[in-house]
Amino acid sequence: MLAGTIIYAIINSAILAMIAMGFNLTFGISGVANFAYGAFYVLAAYGVWILIHLVGLPYAAAALISIGLTTVLGALMYRLVLMRVKGQALSEVIATFGIGLVILELFRYLGFVGFEYTLPVLSDKSLIIAGTYVDMQRILIVVLTAAMIAGLWIFAHHTSLGLAFRGIAQDERTALTFGMDSDRIAALAVSMGAALAAIAAVIIVPLGSISPEEGYDVLIKALAVCIIGGLGSTGGVILASFVIGFAERFTDSYIGSHWTMIVSLAALLAVLVIKPSGLFGHQKELEERI
Amino acid sequence: MNKRKERIDRGIRARSQDIFVLCSWREMLYLAGPRLLPIALCLLLPLVLDVYWQKVLLSVAVFALLAISWDILAQSGMISLGQALFFGCGAYSAGTMNHYWGLSPLLTIPLAAILGGLVGTLLLLPVLRLRGIYFSMVTLILPLMLVRIIEATKIFGGTEGLSGMQPLPSIWFELYLILTLTLVALFGLRRLMDSDYGLVLKGINDNDRSVINAGINIYWFKAQALFIAAAIAAFAGAFMTHVYMFVGMPVFALDYSILPIAAAVVGGPGTLAGAFTGALILVPLSEALRGIGGLRIVFYGLFLVVFIVALPEGIFHYIQRKYHQFERWVEVDA
Repeated sequence: MLAGTIIYAIINSAILAMIAMGFNLTFGISGVANFAYGAFYVLAAYGVWILIHLVGLPYAAAALISIGLTTVLGALMYRLVLMRVKGQALSEVIATFGIGLVILELFRYLGFVGFEYTLPVLSDKSLIIAGTYVDMQRILIVVLTAAMIAGLWIFAHHTSLGLAFRGIAQDERTALTFGMDSDRIAALAVSMGAALAAIAAVIIVPLGSISPEEGYDVLIKALAVCIIGGLGSTGGVILASFVIGFAERFTDSYIGSHWTMIVSLAALLAVLVIKPSGLFGHQKELEERI
Repeated sequence: MNKRKERIDRGIRARSQDIFVLCSWREMLYLAGPRLLPIALCLLLPLVLDVYWQKVLLSVAVFALLAISWDILAQSGMISLGQALFFGCGAYSAGTMNHYWGLSPLLTIPLAAILGGLVGTLLLLPVLRLRGIYFSMVTLILPLMLVRIIEATKIFGGTEGLSGMQPLPSIWFELYLILTLTLVALFGLRRLMDSDYGLVLKGINDNDRSVINAGINIYWFKAQALFIAAAIAAFAGAFMTHVYMFVGMPVFALDYSILPIAAAVVGGPGTLAGAFTGALILVPLSEALRGIGGLRIVFYGLFLVVFIVALPEGIFHYIQRKYHQFERWVEVDA
């Protein structure tokens, strides 16, 4: 029981980290809180479903096209909407929230609700680890999340584009004097966040089904993880996903599944009261809190 | 492109800025007209509308109150994405008092406005030090999580909700109660925001650190603004509890968070009258669009995006400008 709980807690943490990473990336670099994040996640999942079942493409092509389209949409959202209101936090939040609403409610209106709206698993084998059945998909999620985190770390520290990203994140004006185009970097950051949401959707959705509610859930989970970890801090996101992931799974096993959300809320409020900038949000403390 | 738009105050505007030159009926009407218009609308509309549109007017007033409450928070530098939190707190307070203790609606509504306001304020008190979008994120999460808590712990009737509330005496009483309160909130709070007290609140929005430098405890002021806004929204919630004779988890629904923001943004944030105008436009519009069902929220979302990008000042500022100034194209000096 304990070993099984721990294994599933690790899987849950990996899912949370996967979900939160894109939101965190966008916010960390461009300072845009993308409230349409959950909508992008759902949009990518529906995109794959539509391409497979209505257009008849093979799975791999459908997944790639859907991820690509979501990425382009992220860049378009920045170019057409966010660039015009850049720097006004209120307008950015309302505009992205509005876009998210439009996407999610449009799918609800079109009637894309039900258990048949799910994606195929990558592999239907399963393993027995320490006496617990774990299916291949869940193991793949953990592996892919680890690979993604490592890949992002290498991207941010060892490529010129990644260094430009970090430069803009640290000090936009100085980065501008070095000839980095902050608008282009920000557009890239938003679209990369959208791409991460799409990748997360493609590998996580096969565990359940797609629904518009999922969009709000994903947004809330991403927000909770990012706030607890400290917005814009990758280490914080990983640590916070483990904190929430383990807390949720253990309450689920030992107290009751209804209480999982309340544990997250309690963790969130506790962090906000004690250390509002999050576990790892040191440098930004002054800006977030007065 | 060597022309620019010149905006000039109308003569009557310039003359009517000082009270002592108000010497003609026309000038007095120029000033009083825009203020009398909403009052006349609120007093006369219930008399000419049929029962169905009276109900619509009722929700116009409720959403106008929510939008005004949102605008008060926004003017004090707190962007709320969860007016449903305050609305729900008020609704559940009134529901509990009426359902368990059997208090009459005339008592529960004012009590619930205060109690709901206090609960909403207390829930957000820990995050009052957070700024900007951090505050917004928490307000977005709280109502959605409260729903889960009610679902999990089965308090206040759980998923079933509490039903069988006492109704208010009559539709006329309901209508004039909520319309009067909307007008009082609109004009009273506009006055408040123009006073020195409001100046401090607006200062917190503009530059909180310089307000701290002036030796003012901004957390105390923010808490007060939060209570004012929460109490107004809680009043709307308590009122709707008695109109529907039911309170349940839908009071924390996203509708009550989105529509007020949409109304305030479309109408023009920063002036409470804009929030009122926005509700007056959006709610009947959504009633007229009832046939398209779920697409309504899609339209709210589109309205939000289009207005934020294309007309960020909102309808009210636009009308106000046209009313006070005239515009003309002039040649740019070489």
